[in-house]
Amino acid sequence: MSKPRALYREKVTLTGNHAVALAVKLARVDLVSAYPITPQTSIVEKLSEYIEGGELKAQMVRVESEHSALAVAYGAALAGARVFTATSSHGLLYMHEWVHWFSRARVPGVMAVVTRTIGAPWNIWPDHSDFMDQRDTGWIMAFARDNQEVLDLTIQAFKVSEDERVFLPFMVGLEGFILGHTAMPVEVPAEDDVAEWLGERKQPYVVDGSFPLGVGGLTWPMETEEMFIDLHKSLRRAGLVFEEVDKEYGKLFGRSYGGPLECYRCTDAKYYFVTMGAWSGDAMDAVDFLRERGFALGLVRIRLYRPFPYDRIADIMGNARGVIVFDRSISFGASGPIYSDVVASLLKARFRGDAIGIIAGVGGVDVTSHDFSKIAERVLETIERGEPLPAIAWYHGGELAIVQH
Amino acid sequence: MLTEVILIGRGGQGAVTSATLLTAAASLEGLESQGFPFFGAERRGAPVAAFVRISSRPIRRHGMFEKGDVVVLLDARLAELEILERYSLRAGGILIVNTERRDPRLSKLISRTRAGRVFIVNATRIARELGLVVAGWPVVNTAILGAFSRATGLVSLDSVKRAVVEYFGGRLGRLNAEAVERSYRETREVVVLSVSLP
Repeated sequence: MSKPRALYREKVTLTGNHAVALAVKLARVDLVSAYPITPQTSIVEKLSEYIEGGELKAQMVRVESEHSALAVAYGAALAGARVFTATSSHGLLYMHEWVHWFSRARVPGVMAVVTRTIGAPWNIWPDHSDFMDQRDTGWIMAFARDNQEVLDLTIQAFKVSEDERVFLPFMVGLEGFILGHTAMPVEVPAEDDVAEWLGERKQPYVVDGSFPLGVGGLTWPMETEEMFIDLHKSLRRAGLVFEEVDKEYGKLFGRSYGGPLECYRCTDAKYYFVTMGAWSGDAMDAVDFLRERGFALGLVRIRLYRPFPYDRIADIMGNARGVIVFDRSISFGASGPIYSDVVASLLKARFRGDAIGIIAGVGGVDVTSHDFSKIAERVLETIERGEPLPAIAWYHGGELAIVQH
Repeated sequence: MLTEVILIGRGGQGAVTSATLLTAAASLEGLESQGFPFFGAERRGAPVAAFVRISSRPIRRHGMFEKGDVVVLLDARLAELEILERYSLRAGGILIVNTERRDPRLSKLISRTRAGRVFIVNATRIARELGLVVAGWPVVNTAILGAFSRATGLVSLDSVKRAVVEYFGGRLGRLNAEAVERSYRETREVVVLSVSLP
């Protein structure tokens, strides 16, 4: 860390998918495994171009299903390879068994999830339902807001995943279309600098035949539970490592994002939006608009979803007058998943304000800054009139429908 | 200041590539930019739209938009289809059309879009002359960007050419840059007679 590095090598225009691929190339992975057909994205297409052109010295393994894609990545990672795969929607659901297997065996690795709605009905548009379905798997889960962050986060994912205090796989989320297909200018660090910063592949154990080792055999309940307690502790620790890595990356490459949360106009805020993903940008534009209308509004963006930053949320919003949590997916019959975590955080801070969970943008419905402003005006005026808020409302077709009192 | 651009063409004409190139050109110009296709499935020959945002300040929003400050028609015949009911020009905006000089559709198009300024270029002929034809279709997506540069002044001719050369590389890069240059020179402004609106 002593030597100062170039801030960036160049600025190139990349789609979110290609930003992921470039980051994976900069991380010099040894193996990419992927199911190459729908719902695969252009991430893997670009990586195979890099490999074909000799720019990335890695092995590309094409498999017959996502279930096998992650299983191959797992096997290679056990043997000491730095691995990557990418998927979406039903592909992610199909590999779900291996998502658990990967983290519970404490294997570092990185996967990009280009988020898309789960069917039926068949739908190709983005929401967070596939990503949120992986909530309880023990992976580190982070979500980007724009293509620059997609690139930076994917590079950082390798660093956090392979940190000896963590040793857990890392899932990078970005919405399909909204980031995946959208071209934006991205500053790209020099490959040698990234490679040097990431260093050699690190993992807790290697299965390469040099000594006999069984992985995942029958284990008694007490020992199994101890392993999961350790996984949980390591995942909580990953929050600190994530923050540390974000700061270090900022010093070396010129960009830090505030660790697990990005705070926008929080200093004197009485009300808060809580968001995750690309629509946070649209929500920030709405914050500016509502500030001009006299509402002391700020925004907290969840960057790191697992481990969830409970303490940070409590510190920032514990004394808020109102909190509006936006979820782009729903736990049917309950609430949005971010809402329940935010409310749990606030409870710890003896929160006395009002909180509402808004479900929106599900099934890929477009949500603009105008929609955020409209929702906020209705909610904030209700709070200021002293009237009660429902727990959950679903924003659809320009209207807020109460779905849970 | 934020400028929102809608490029309307047919599937296969390269409107999405056009949006990507314009995004790259704006970045080379030192501006912030964002380019994206219509989110959905596209078919060859069917009307398609692509979108670009250009600003001197960071662009945070990602939501779609249906009214543009600039609308670019890669095929003038699209004006007769209903895609112009979905996407439209903000009052007083700039309309850029790939068409011949004496296109009878033009006056109707101008009154329909309420364009403030209108620019035309025959990008199809330029593409044909340079041999930029794929599967029998003249590829007008690079040539039309010369007209964009000329009409809006938002991105310089040099930045557009550089973006095109970097994107295609080699001989194809040079040919497409030539298309941009020619289109820039041949773009003409059409005089819009002010009409009183109800």
